[in-house]
Amino acid sequence: MARVVVDVMLKPEILDPQGQAVQGALGRLGFAGVTSVRQGKQFVIDVDGPADDALRSRADEMATTLLANLVIEDYTVQVAD
Amino acid sequence: MAPRIGVVTFPGSLDDRDAARAVRLAGGEPVALWHKDNSVAGVDAVVLPGGFSYGDYLRCGAISRFSPVMAAVIEGAQAGLPVLGICNGFQILCESGLLPGALTRNDNLHFVCRDQRLRIESVTTAWTSGYTAGQEIVVPLKNGEGGYVADERTLDELEAEGRVVARYLEVNPNGSRRDIAGISNAAGNVVGLMPHPEHAVEPLTGPTTDGLAFFTSVLTQLVRP
Repeated sequence: MARVVVDVMLKPEILDPQGQAVQGALGRLGFAGVTSVRQGKQFVIDVDGPADDALRSRADEMATTLLANLVIEDYTVQVAD
Repeated sequence: MAPRIGVVTFPGSLDDRDAARAVRLAGGEPVALWHKDNSVAGVDAVVLPGGFSYGDYLRCGAISRFSPVMAAVIEGAQAGLPVLGICNGFQILCESGLLPGALTRNDNLHFVCRDQRLRIESVTTAWTSGYTAGQEIVVPLKNGEGGYVADERTLDELEAEGRVVARYLEVNPNGSRRDIAGISNAAGNVVGLMPHPEHAVEPLTGPTTDGLAFFTSVLTQLVRP
């Protein structure tokens, strides 16, 4: 069994109003010095088989096909046993 | 025989009935299509209606884009089949790659529901030929993720090629780049629009009847010899 973790974030140039709302809330709660909040998604995917290059390649395909919209989002993939 | 216009129902579609009604009021024959259909049943055009298909899970339209019927819609669209995506339908068209860009969370974080003034910018598409260039219309708008974004080069291309179909007037309700409310593909057969013309087709239920021309436009094109 292997685990694939895909992190998806809005590209830096895309406005993230949810992140800004969270930043505002942190400020109101007294957390000083917060200069930016960006909100993303994490997918934790368990897969049969080993954590090898073939899985890395498949995980990349999952990310580009479905998990991330490359028009507005960047992603990173981690694969581990 | 009246042209047959397919209206796709996905799980979570809301406005399929209104879209079918608009087709009928315009003089077409609405044909109900289901997301699991493997074809578009030989229809002459397709409407992807508004709503929250697949609960907007992952991203709006991201899962519907892979439904069986969309394979047929994409193939048809690439061959010239007129396709209109309204609201969630617009999101599905962007996710499918038939239209450039993406729709993101409204910059004000509110779900906006209002009668919206628009300017029709392009009358050369399959769905807007019944308007006059620069015509102002008022139709309902209701979305939470309607902010149109694309990179600057894509936006410049859309403008240069006359593919901005409609623009928001008076208020930009969702932070869309360059006030864009709707766009088309290069051929003009595929149009995506965030506001809802199908809710403005008769005086009893709409703020105006300004939306009807989207549906009469495509019928005019289809009966043209």
